[in-house]
Amino acid sequence: MAGGARTNSTVQHICVEYLADDPRIAPILAAARDLGIHTLTNLHLADLVFIEGNVDNSTRALLESLLVDPLLQRGTWNDTPQNLRRYVETAMHPGVADSTTDQLVRLGERMGLGFFGVATGKRFVFEGPLSDDELDRLVASELANAIIERWSIDTPIAPSFVNPDARATATVELVTLDATTELEHLRTINVERGLALDDAELLAVRDYFAGLGRLPTDVELETIAQTWSEHCSHKTFRASITLDDGSVIEPLLAQLRRSTSSLNRDFVVSAFDGNAGIISFEPGRTLALKCETHNHPSAIEPFGGANTGVGGVIRDIMGSAHHPIACTNVLCFGPPNTPHRALPVGVLPPRRIRSGVVAGIADYGNKIGLPTVAGAVLYDAGYTANPLVFAGCIGTATHYEAPVAPQPGDRICVLGGGTGRDGLRGATFSSMTMDASTGDVSGASVQIGDPITEKLLIDVLANTRPYYRSITDCGAGGLSSAVGEMAQGVGANVDLSCVHLKYPGLAPWEIWLSEAQERMVLGVPPEHVDALRRVCERHGVVCSDIGMFTGDDRLTVRFGDTTVLDCELDFLHDGRPQRAMRAVLPRPNAQHQDAAPPWITAPPMRDIVLALLAHPNIASKADIIHRFDTEIRGATASRPLVGVALDGHGDGVVIAEPCARNGFAIGIGINPYYGLLDPRRMALAVIDEAIRNVVCVGANPDRVALLDNFSWGDPRRETTLGALVAAVGGCIEGAEAFRAPFVSGKDSLNNEYLGSDGLRHAVPPTLVITAIADVADADATVTADFKRAGNIVILLGRSLPEFGASHAAMALGAQPDGPVPTFDTNAPARYQTLHTTIAEGLISACHDCAEGGVAVAVAEMAIGGRLGMSFAPIPDASVVLFGESLGRIVIEVAPEHADEITRRFAESLVLGTVIADETLHLPDGTQCPLHAVIAAWTSAP
Amino acid sequence: MNRPDALVIAAPGTNRDADVGFALERAGARANTVLVNDFMQDATRTDDFGIIVLAGGFSYADALGAGRLFALEIDHALGESLRRAVQAGALVLGICNGFQTLVRLGLLPGDDMTGALAHNDGGTFVCQWVRIRATSSLCVWTKNLDAEIDCPIAHGEGRFVTDDLAALRQHDRIALQYSSTNPNGSMGDVAGICDATGRVLGLMPHPENHVVDRQNPWRQRGTPVGIGLRLFEEGVRHAR
Repeated sequence: MAGGARTNSTVQHICVEYLADDPRIAPILAAARDLGIHTLTNLHLADLVFIEGNVDNSTRALLESLLVDPLLQRGTWNDTPQNLRRYVETAMHPGVADSTTDQLVRLGERMGLGFFGVATGKRFVFEGPLSDDELDRLVASELANAIIERWSIDTPIAPSFVNPDARATATVELVTLDATTELEHLRTINVERGLALDDAELLAVRDYFAGLGRLPTDVELETIAQTWSEHCSHKTFRASITLDDGSVIEPLLAQLRRSTSSLNRDFVVSAFDGNAGIISFEPGRTLALKCETHNHPSAIEPFGGANTGVGGVIRDIMGSAHHPIACTNVLCFGPPNTPHRALPVGVLPPRRIRSGVVAGIADYGNKIGLPTVAGAVLYDAGYTANPLVFAGCIGTATHYEAPVAPQPGDRICVLGGGTGRDGLRGATFSSMTMDASTGDVSGASVQIGDPITEKLLIDVLANTRPYYRSITDCGAGGLSSAVGEMAQGVGANVDLSCVHLKYPGLAPWEIWLSEAQERMVLGVPPEHVDALRRVCERHGVVCSDIGMFTGDDRLTVRFGDTTVLDCELDFLHDGRPQRAMRAVLPRPNAQHQDAAPPWITAPPMRDIVLALLAHPNIASKADIIHRFDTEIRGATASRPLVGVALDGHGDGVVIAEPCARNGFAIGIGINPYYGLLDPRRMALAVIDEAIRNVVCVGANPDRVALLDNFSWGDPRRETTLGALVAAVGGCIEGAEAFRAPFVSGKDSLNNEYLGSDGLRHAVPPTLVITAIADVADADATVTADFKRAGNIVILLGRSLPEFGASHAAMALGAQPDGPVPTFDTNAPARYQTLHTTIAEGLISACHDCAEGGVAVAVAEMAIGGRLGMSFAPIPDASVVLFGESLGRIVIEVAPEHADEITRRFAESLVLGTVIADETLHLPDGTQCPLHAVIAAWTSAP
Repeated sequence: MNRPDALVIAAPGTNRDADVGFALERAGARANTVLVNDFMQDATRTDDFGIIVLAGGFSYADALGAGRLFALEIDHALGESLRRAVQAGALVLGICNGFQTLVRLGLLPGDDMTGALAHNDGGTFVCQWVRIRATSSLCVWTKNLDAEIDCPIAHGEGRFVTDDLAALRQHDRIALQYSSTNPNGSMGDVAGICDATGRVLGLMPHPENHVVDRQNPWRQRGTPVGIGLRLFEEGVRHAR
């Protein structure tokens, strides 16, 4: 667009509001009450669309017909709110992904409409006398987020537009750093540029460039910092660790790898290599598995952080040459009823984080068209300032051909969305000359995702496997990481001026390091580039050829003729000195408890059951699950919600294509409360839980692959690292006990927050285990809901007085100390027997015992079936019902099979009978009507 | 038995095209998925198809409102040929985002009657199973259904709103109603409506996700349920 046209242009806006109630209003009013703002009696909400350009009446009419449905909405052009009421207007920062803006710009170009800039915002008009302070608090905590938006109070907002005439110069900054530079000065550079390197790494960088006899460029330093970051190189998991007794242990990643290779399971195709683990349960078909974390982004911008977390893990699967088919998530939040005054400064309320994260996950999965099928939600004060978001994805491929290393001459093609300033840390480059729009165009570290663009990428990749040799996704570090990794052992030469941009004006370093989402990098033999382009064009996906793989083992990056980076790949990938760390192992309470403690035996069982069901970790998750499309693809054969009303919690989920006989099950285990007391036992417990989940739906416990995700505190604290070492040890023990190999994992360390005591705290040691298991016959699955009155309820497994970190203790306000449940070495054999018994069709219902023990398992089975249960007199009933001993599963069987079951399972206990009366008759004689159980279970905030 | 050709139209963001294709094949049709982009390159003629389906999803990210851009692009790419096909006797089915699009195109409800699909009354996207019953003797897709259908919904903008509910009823245009709890606040519990010919049906629920027993969430309970495949079988039977 010519500059002249812009000077004559004007900005117009249309304000669109609903004629009837806007469903977005009620949650804001509720949040205002939570903030203690009682003067707000009502609220009016309108969407604003700003159009910059020469907009004539016919264009206005067209836009209005698109933006306003007259049956539902009213549109007003260029109005200003009356100053009778207080109001707030918000506008998105230019450059933040926003589908309305993108689509209107696309439409304007296609139809030759006379506008060139589009921006969006919202207007909130308040009824009731709000003070300045109340308004400020309401905006900051509920209405807008400074990371992605600006706002103005009581005056119309002036939106900013992307400047299409911006130009960047390809200048290169040299960093003054040579053989004589002292460590002290290196540390200053490290802090100023946010490189996050340690002393040994800084010296290695200095010595490398001193050896070359030249100064490093800014792009080189940042690329090294990115490649050597904890996120990309897993320094802690590769570190040499010295324990408090002076012994040096094998690096944690090496331990996990060795465990997997020594198990030598035939279904493992690729473990701890590339973007995802790859397994095969049937000839000709493979599954790619990956689970990622997106914790910090979700803390500062919950919607965008979780949204792009899902997008990222889906790309990991695409980057493994697999077609994504299902998503999972595990979410850890602060208690939803945390009072605002208890929140550290700058921390969003847990309820807002939860609603943003859930909406972000739902938005990405639902729009990209993948079922979000399995997950968990936990609450703890330790997550208030540092929520955790784990996002997983599973993909499939037929006749999988592993992508291989690029060959010299292969073209480097970037597919997908444009590159913008997404995720750049502006401060790092504060010494650089920036163009006028740099500060305004979002330099936010979080972006809103664009699931439709990623959906199109999936479609392109489904049709282009023969055209590319190698592939990876753009994640942290953007092109620098993606191209840098692919070029390993080959070399690459990239011209950044060929990269497709979202908006002009990006400097070379911005293009190279941008973390813009929805991009894949492919290594394409030159003869296939045209064919690849044609498929891309059909699907409306941009494909830029940005350079080639060379064969010179160097990474060379240019902007036109200006070289901005020239580095040996050996140094980039292998030049980082191994980190040496120290760890102090935990000394958990190993005492035995001989009997149930009095706090659990004293209260009526009815009260304990109701308290457990009302605990936020145990309470119904239906409201969250219903936000996710669990049905798309038609392959969800066992669901997260089961029973008469589809509101009972299930165990694992089963995915099986509608016409295929076989499929696979997904199970998840997590228990940070155990981790606080005994990280090793936690690891064993959550592996057991994940595998119990898949066994309970009919999967084969002897064909299970595992994923690990560690979210931990700062590993430079010796006790924090010690807890991690103990947990990894527990993982390996668990993997060996079940012959279930780990195939992929991810660690997110440094999850720390500033507590009200002014000290830094780590999040509870949080290990998420995802189990993927073979299901030979997807029709022979079982659900957790009680099926028929008169059936017998049997507990499999042994019950010990293990109440350490139990949910019973938490729900009753008792001290959660005591021993954490021990691993049951009979569990693997028990699960195998259960598996064959399910396959024979002898089991009517099956549910695993986890948080809250048998009591919660039975209550959930009763809710699912809308049936009651009468307990038989059982010894040590408190231990059986409320303890959390591992390896236990509650089953329902027809009376005629009960004897056969107790014969097959050495450790079994008849708990009672399913009854038509919708009441739980508990062993101590107290009763719980099902409606009271459901009321407690659905009461959590 | 001849297999009628069904055209499934997909836009960027359409994501249940494969699911509805599977349902159509299962019901005896041959499914041909075409991208809106393909029409723009090469206007494949819609009159080769006895059945035309607009599949569910988030076409164009639901930017500007569900179905609005899909409708604009279909008008742009196909012009009058979709309307011509309907007049010539083709069956048209719009599911979820396809329903929203047919309404924006003016093909539903038609006859100057009003209709829109607004945000669910709960304010958010909802995925849950519902039961729907056929209530029109006009709609060729549903009039011979012998049982109710159990299938999921998965939408954020599915609340049917009209100024003409009585007229729609009177003209037998309410093809499907929720018989389980109304999941989105639709007026008159409307889950789907048809046009004056009875050949154009739009509905919010997804019968294409319940076409084999494996997909039935109550299969372990032995609860009697209605399979969504029947709706597609009716369409295919009529198109033969």
